[in-house]
Amino acid sequence: MKPDIRIIVSSALALGLLAGCKDDKPEAPPPPFASSYIAPSAAPILIQNATVLTGTGVQLDDADVLIQNGKISAVRKDAGTVPGATVIDAKGRYVTPGIIDAHSHLGVYASPSVWAHSDGNEATAPTTAEVWSEHSVWPQDPGFETARAGGVTSMLILPGSANLIGGRAVVLKNVPAITYQDMKFPGAPHSLKMACGENPKRVYGRDGKKAPSTRMGNVAGYRAAFAKAKEYQKKMDEGKVETRDLAMETLVGVLKGEILVQNHCYRADEMAVMLDVAKEFGYRISAFHHAVEAYKIADLLAANGVCGALWADWWGFKLEAFDGIRENIALVDAGRAKDKDSKELKGCAIVHSDDQYGIQRLNQEAAKAMAAGRRMGLKISDADAMSWLSTNPAKAIGILDQTGTLEPGKNADVVIWNGTPFSSYALADMVFVDGVMQYDRSSPKVADSDFLLGLEPPESKAATQEPQP
Amino acid sequence: MSAMPIRSFCLCAALVAGSAQAATLALTHARIHTLSPSGTLEDATLLLRDGVIEAIGTGIAVPDDAKVIDTKGAVITPGLFDAYTHIGLDEIDGVEETVDIGSNNPRYSAALDVVDGLNPRSVLVPVNRIEGLTQAMSAPASGPEGPLFAGRGAVINLGTLDAFVARPQAAMFLSLGEAGAARIKGGRPALLLALREALEEVKSLGSSNPVQRAAQLGALDAEALKPVLVGEMPLVAEVNRAADIRVLLQLAEDYGLKLILRGAAEAHLVAAELAARQVPVILDPTLNLPQNFEALAARADAAAILHKAGVRIAFSSEGSGYGSHNSRNLRQLAGNAVAHGLPWNAALAAITLNPAAIYGLDSTLGSLETGRQASFVVWDGDPLEVTSSAVQVFAAGRAVPMQSRQTLLRDRYQQRRQPAPPAAPAKRP
Repeated sequence: MKPDIRIIVSSALALGLLAGCKDDKPEAPPPPFASSYIAPSAAPILIQNATVLTGTGVQLDDADVLIQNGKISAVRKDAGTVPGATVIDAKGRYVTPGIIDAHSHLGVYASPSVWAHSDGNEATAPTTAEVWSEHSVWPQDPGFETARAGGVTSMLILPGSANLIGGRAVVLKNVPAITYQDMKFPGAPHSLKMACGENPKRVYGRDGKKAPSTRMGNVAGYRAAFAKAKEYQKKMDEGKVETRDLAMETLVGVLKGEILVQNHCYRADEMAVMLDVAKEFGYRISAFHHAVEAYKIADLLAANGVCGALWADWWGFKLEAFDGIRENIALVDAGRAKDKDSKELKGCAIVHSDDQYGIQRLNQEAAKAMAAGRRMGLKISDADAMSWLSTNPAKAIGILDQTGTLEPGKNADVVIWNGTPFSSYALADMVFVDGVMQYDRSSPKVADSDFLLGLEPPESKAATQEPQP
Repeated sequence: MSAMPIRSFCLCAALVAGSAQAATLALTHARIHTLSPSGTLEDATLLLRDGVIEAIGTGIAVPDDAKVIDTKGAVITPGLFDAYTHIGLDEIDGVEETVDIGSNNPRYSAALDVVDGLNPRSVLVPVNRIEGLTQAMSAPASGPEGPLFAGRGAVINLGTLDAFVARPQAAMFLSLGEAGAARIKGGRPALLLALREALEEVKSLGSSNPVQRAAQLGALDAEALKPVLVGEMPLVAEVNRAADIRVLLQLAEDYGLKLILRGAAEAHLVAAELAARQVPVILDPTLNLPQNFEALAARADAAAILHKAGVRIAFSSEGSGYGSHNSRNLRQLAGNAVAHGLPWNAALAAITLNPAAIYGLDSTLGSLETGRQASFVVWDGDPLEVTSSAVQVFAAGRAVPMQSRQTLLRDRYQQRRQPAPPAAPAKRP
C-alpha cells in the first residue's frame, strides 16, 4: 500500500528540523496544493448477508463485509463482528466497491452550465501542460452529490479536450467539502490530459486559424512538446534549470512515470499513432478515453497495457465517433496478448461518464455493455463487469493500491445497492467513503451544495414536496 | 415485472428466416402489454394477417394456415415512440453538411417543413429501430441566430422507406425562456412581445384591418401558423421555468392554442394547472440537475409528480446521452423514472401510447388493437430493463431486418477475433 505522500513529506521536514538540518542541500519543498483530506473517524460497520461483488472478479453470496478504522477488514461468509459495530442487514441486496469515474468534469464544468462556470478548457494555446484542473474545481457543484447518490466515491477530474496537451488532472474523493484540497485523494498521482483528433484541430485550425489544423499538425504538436521536455529533463538532472517552466515540469513528470497519461482518442488508427509517439519519447499511456473504435484494436491495447475508458453507447455526434458499437467495452475487456515471457495480457475496460448525468448511472451503463457482450457470445459474469466500474478505473488513475476492490486493508469505499446494480431500477441505498456513510437514501437530507440552498422560496411547493418513495 | 427468460435464439432465428413475413403469423404464449382498454394479457396470442393485427388475446383460435411461433413467455409491447428527436435530419452533428435540424436564418421560420429534409436512409434509423423504436417525432430546432418559430415537425415511421412520413406537419415548434430570448436578442418580455405580434398578425390575416407585417412573418410563415391559432396544430414549446410556463398558459388561453410543453424542468411546480388544462409534457426524466437558471427546481421524480397530478407525460431522449443517435435508450429513461416513483405502466405509456396521443395518432399508433397495422416489439424480458433486448421488431406491418451498421461492424470485428487460418502461399493475379 502506498503511504500518504503528504504525511511522509511533513514528517521528513519535522525530522530535518529536529536534526538541525545539517545537510548543505536545501530540502525539496513539499509538493504544492497538498491534500488536506482527513477521513473522519467512524464506528466499525458490519454489512451482513449481502451478495458481494468484490471487484476482483469474485461474487460472494450471503456474505459479510466488515469495516474498521475506515478500512475493509474482512469480506467473507460469517465475518464475525467487533465490539461497537453498527450492523446493517443487507439480505437481498448487493454490496460493491465504490464506483470510480476515470473521466469526469464535475467542478470544472459545474451546474448550472453558464459561461461563469466554464473552467475546463484553457483553450488559448494548443499545449497547456502548465494548467491544473484542480485550480478550476468548484466543490459546490451540485453534480458531486447526485454522483454520490449514484455510488461514485472517487473521480478523476480532467481538463477538457480542446488542447493537444490540456493540463494536469486530479483525483478527488466524492465527499462534501468547501475546498478541493479537502477532497483531494491523498497519495494519488496526477494525470495528464492529452487529446487526439477533431477537437484540437477544430478549436485552433478551423476556429482560430492557427496550428494545429490537421491531424498531422496534432502529432507534430505532441512531439515538439515532448522533445522540449526531454531537453528540460536533462537540464533538471544536471541542476541547470534557472527559470522554472511549469509546463515542462508536468511533461518531465510524465517522462519519469510519475504523472499518468489519459489520452482522449476516438479512432483506432490514431490510437496506434499515439502509442508510437509514446514509444518515441519513452512514456506510457495509462488509458485511451472515449475510444469508440477501441474494439478494432483490442489486442493491441492489451499488448501495450493500455486501458480503454469508454461509454456504453455514445456514438455519431462527430465523424470520429461514427463507428461506435454497443459491444465496444466487452470487446476491449476480451482483448488478449502475450508479453515477451509468453504471459497472457488481458484487456482493461473501463466504463466512464464524461457527463454529469451519465456519472449518476455508470452501473446501468456497465449493464448495457455487459448485456451486449453476452448477446454476442462473450462470457462475462456480473463480477467481471464490476471490475469495469471500480478496479480498472482505479488502476488507470493510480489508486488501485488504496481502493477499487473490497479486499482487506483497502479504503472502505463501499456501496450497498437496493438489488443488483446491473439494472434500470438499481439505486444506491448507502454509500461509504473511507468507512463513513456519505449518502443514505432512507434519510433525505438538505443538499450538501451551498448553491442548492434557498433557490425556492419557502412557501413553494418544491420546498415542501414530499419525497417520492 | 420481469418476464420469463425465453430462448431468444430460436425465436429470432425463426423470425429472421422469413416466417415472420408469412401471410398469417401467430405469436403465442406471450405477455402482451396492449396499452389499450384490454390492459396486460398473460399467456396471450397475437395473430397477424398480411401485416395487420387480426386478433389479440387469450383463447384465440389459431387458423390452420398460420405460422405459429411459441414466444415462451416473451413480452410484447407496442413499438416505442420518441416524442422529440431529429431522426432523419441529423446524421453526424459535427459534420455540418449532414445536419438539417433547422434554420439559423430568421427569414425561414414557421413554414419550414422537416419533410423537405427528411432522409429515411439515415443510419440512425436501423440503429434505433432494431432496439424497438418504431415511431418518432422528427422536429425542427432553430439555430442560435435562427427564427422564433422553428417550423413544422413530422411523425416518422421507422419501419419503411416508402412511407417514412407517418404524419407531416404534425406540430409547430418553438423555444421560449433562455434559448428563445437569446434568439430575439432581448429578454423574456421582448420574446413574448414578438410572439404576440406574430400571433396578432396571423389572426388579422384577411380581416379589414390587418396588423400588417408587425412580426415580419413571411407570407408562407403566416399561412403556416393559421392552424396553430385555431388549435388544430399543436404548438410544442420548449420551456423550463415555472414562471415561463404560467405566462405561456395565459398566452395559450388568449389565443386558443393547443399546447405541448417540452423540456419542462419545472413543470412539476405547476402540475395541477397543467392537468386542469390538459397540457401534456415531453421530458427526459433523468435530467435532475439545475443545468441552467431556468431549471433550478429540476428533480429526479418530476415524471412521477406530473403523472400523479394527472398530467399526460411522454419521454424524449433529446436531453442527454446524444439524443437522436441514442433514441434507443428511451426505455432506460422510462426504467429510471420507475425507480424514482413512476408506476411501471405509466412509464411504458410515456414511450408508446402517450406520444401517439399528444400528436393525435392514438387511433392508429401507440397501442395494440385488432385491425391495426403491426407496430410492436417482442422483448426477451422487461422492456424497461437495461439488460433486456428486442428479439424482433415489427414496424409498418412487417418484421424488420434486425441489422444495422453497428451490428455489421460488430460482426466484422468478431470474425477478426477468431484465430487466423494458416496463411496460404501468396499469389498474385
